[in-house]
Amino acid sequence: MVDTAFTEEQDMLKRSARNFVENECPPEYVREMWENDEGITQEVWNKMAELGWMGLLVPEEYDGIGMSFQDLAVVFEEMGRVPMPGPFFSSVVLGGETIRLAGTEEQKKAVLPGIAMGETRATLALMECDPLLSPAGIESVKAEPAADGYAINGIKLFVPDAHTADYIICAARTDEGADPAKGISLFLVDSKTSGLSIELLKTMDGGRKQCEVNFENVAVPESALMGQKGEAWPIISKVADIANAALCMEMVGGMEKSLELTVDYAKTRIAFDQPIGSYQAIKHMCADMMLITESAKSVAYYAAWAVSEDTPDAPEAVSMAKAYCSDTYRKATGDCIQIMGGIGFTWEHDAHLYFKRARCNEHLFGDAAFHKDRLVTMKTSA
Amino acid sequence: MDFNLSPEEEAFRQEFVPWLEGVIAEKGKIPTFKDAEALDERVAWYREMQKKLFDAGYAGITWPKEYGGRGGTLIESFILDEEIQKRAAVENFNGIGFGMAGGVILAFGTDEQKDRYIPAMLNGSEIWCQGFSEPNAGSDLAALSTRAVKDGDDYVINGQKVWTSMAQMADQCILVVRTDPDVPKHKGLSFFIIDMKTPGIDVRPLVQITGDAEFNEVYFDDMRVPRTQMLGEEGDGWKISIATLMFERYAVSQYGSFRRSIDGLFELAKNVTRNGRPAIEDPVIRQKLGQFHIEVEILKHNTMRSRSKLLKGEVPGPEGSIEKLYWSEMNKAMQEFAMELEGPYHQLMSGSKWALQDGMYQFAFLRSRGNTIEAGTSEIQKNIIGERVLGLPKDAARAAVKK
Ligand SMILES: Cc1cc2nc3c(=O)[nH]c(=O)nc-3n(C[C@H](O)[C@H](O)[C@H](O)COP(=O)(O)OP(=O)(O)OC[C@H]3O[C@@H](n4cnc5c(N)ncnc54)[C@H](O)[C@@H]3O)c2cc1C
Repeated sequence: MVDTAFTEEQDMLKRSARNFVENECPPEYVREMWENDEGITQEVWNKMAELGWMGLLVPEEYDGIGMSFQDLAVVFEEMGRVPMPGPFFSSVVLGGETIRLAGTEEQKKAVLPGIAMGETRATLALMECDPLLSPAGIESVKAEPAADGYAINGIKLFVPDAHTADYIICAARTDEGADPAKGISLFLVDSKTSGLSIELLKTMDGGRKQCEVNFENVAVPESALMGQKGEAWPIISKVADIANAALCMEMVGGMEKSLELTVDYAKTRIAFDQPIGSYQAIKHMCADMMLITESAKSVAYYAAWAVSEDTPDAPEAVSMAKAYCSDTYRKATGDCIQIMGGIGFTWEHDAHLYFKRARCNEHLFGDAAFHKDRLVTMKTSA
Repeated sequence: MDFNLSPEEEAFRQEFVPWLEGVIAEKGKIPTFKDAEALDERVAWYREMQKKLFDAGYAGITWPKEYGGRGGTLIESFILDEEIQKRAAVENFNGIGFGMAGGVILAFGTDEQKDRYIPAMLNGSEIWCQGFSEPNAGSDLAALSTRAVKDGDDYVINGQKVWTSMAQMADQCILVVRTDPDVPKHKGLSFFIIDMKTPGIDVRPLVQITGDAEFNEVYFDDMRVPRTQMLGEEGDGWKISIATLMFERYAVSQYGSFRRSIDGLFELAKNVTRNGRPAIEDPVIRQKLGQFHIEVEILKHNTMRSRSKLLKGEVPGPEGSIEKLYWSEMNKAMQEFAMELEGPYHQLMSGSKWALQDGMYQFAFLRSRGNTIEAGTSEIQKNIIGERVLGLPKDAARAAVKK
């Protein structure tokens, strides 16, 4: 039977995640982490590791729990309610999933257990100075054959949490043929390799750290190559789908929380002797916010399920979710500030944490416009 | 979560589709919106088709078997609606029967009333209309003034309804009237089932902006109805009216017809040009196609989520307003886009030599403007969501009226 509800186990996981983020990551903590270059305390990181979340997607043979993406998805939804700072997303999804899908047996053995335990962190360096989520976007960072392996050169931008990662997976061009989809390879690079310099970017959303990663003649051994040389694009595309499905879950969690903040305020703030929520201009904005929040959940849950089951329409489902959640999270968090009035415009108030996360998540792995276009391409080429 | 249909649901689709295609093939040409003069023919086809559905066991999917329903699930009902609408196999001229009257009769009716009305609704022999709105009572339904006065075992009804869809062809009507003018306005209402052939009824069609005359004015002049035609008790009118609207929001899913619209727009975009190139290559058009494709699919997922909750025993509540608000606003915007996509051709109505798709989108565009008014305007839906779902306070003026 079609059943759109979470399983009992998922509900339990969701409740425990809710407890965790509320108790361990209150707004004061989130604000502290904005000011902290690492974006996380070791204490919180260790606690998340103990809860097993980092190993949810890691197969049991690599010391993980081997659950499905749906299970991780409910955790992301709760993290979105804070909104969660720190490298959980980058290490678990970008690092862990890329290695799981593209890594050689040796690479998986070497890195996945550490990721599952929280002892190792990894991330994915994808975007370049001309950001484009398509094969042609992997262009200026090149890996050329050198003694015993490859030499990587070029600049990657917007790399989540590269400054605290032990491994940086680099998508580089290894071949310049007519078809840009051919000739892209992934390399598992130890972040201490010489020639690699990493600089933390000053970003609008202080909770999700992003970096410039500069490769200057970074020498990597042949064994750093992940999978087939030149054949990485389909895997990158799949990782991007998984990443977007996770970001969408985070976005719907943030929308739900923004709606709660807004409605609570509209019930208590008095103007002209009445609660502002009694005025229709405000009430109707709240109703619209609820409508888009529920609709965003519908499509984000569907995408999470499709990715989890690896259905043929998963890429379409993800593009639908990413486009819709991006547009609506932007709108909901903007309206939240509007309804709060002056207080909503202050740094003190939490509204801007969500407003800024909305913009950040949209631009990681393709914005709303990109995904609508991609969707139409998929629909018309079928 | 599991978004796959179960083997039983899949089997239902596999069984229903060939049957449906057989019926369509046998019928040949199905009368559509184009034949505005041919409303009678369209309605006749509805009755015939409904009878076929009934005979084949496909009527009233979720309704109890003892009244001729199938005793099936909301998901099967969704599948049936989707397959019929995707093929535009028949227009549902009894949306009010299935969406409103049936639900409240099953919920509030006596056994005699259920026996009398439900099978006749399912087998296509009776079409229903809804006499709620009046010239001075639309959104503020409780302000209605059509009067029913008790006279022995009967009630005598006088007054006027308006915007009554299908009244000119309906067999039965759910009617809400004032039985007690001396109590607060919500408390003095009662709910009746009226045979449209009762003496004292006068129906006058009103032409809509589409050219169709779908809705009507209905006048009651000393119309006499027995007490047994009342649904519930005297004074229950408000409660049953609200329940009627809640049922409406779940009963008929329109996903299939919106799917048909958006698929058609993708095709259209390949065939019309914009700045000398196929419109499908235009970035702005692509954004909007993508957007509406997404919104139509979300309608399906929203419906699945709410139905999946109902299947677990939750009762329909004010959340239904979210769905109504969603689809009506979506359709209005999508049909607006269809006009944009057609460019200057969008002016050409059905019958015009150069009309695209024989004016299908012109009709849909004009009809969509009614979507955000009928069955509770968008503003009213937002009030319901704000107040009854989110718990925001009523505005001072309306709060004062209630007292
Ligand atoms: C195609 C179509 C078919 C219909 N079929 C039927 C039918 O079969 N049976 C039937 O009984 N009725 C039917 N109706 C009538 C419909 O239910 C009413 O038109 C509707 O409820 C609005 O009432 P009204 O027209 O009196 O507008 P009004 O209530 O006068 O509203 C006018 C405007 O004021 C706004 N407004 C009113 N109150 C508020 C408020 N509290 N806050 C904010 N804004 C407000 C409304 O949203 C609207 O924009 C149909 C209407 C249409 C368009």
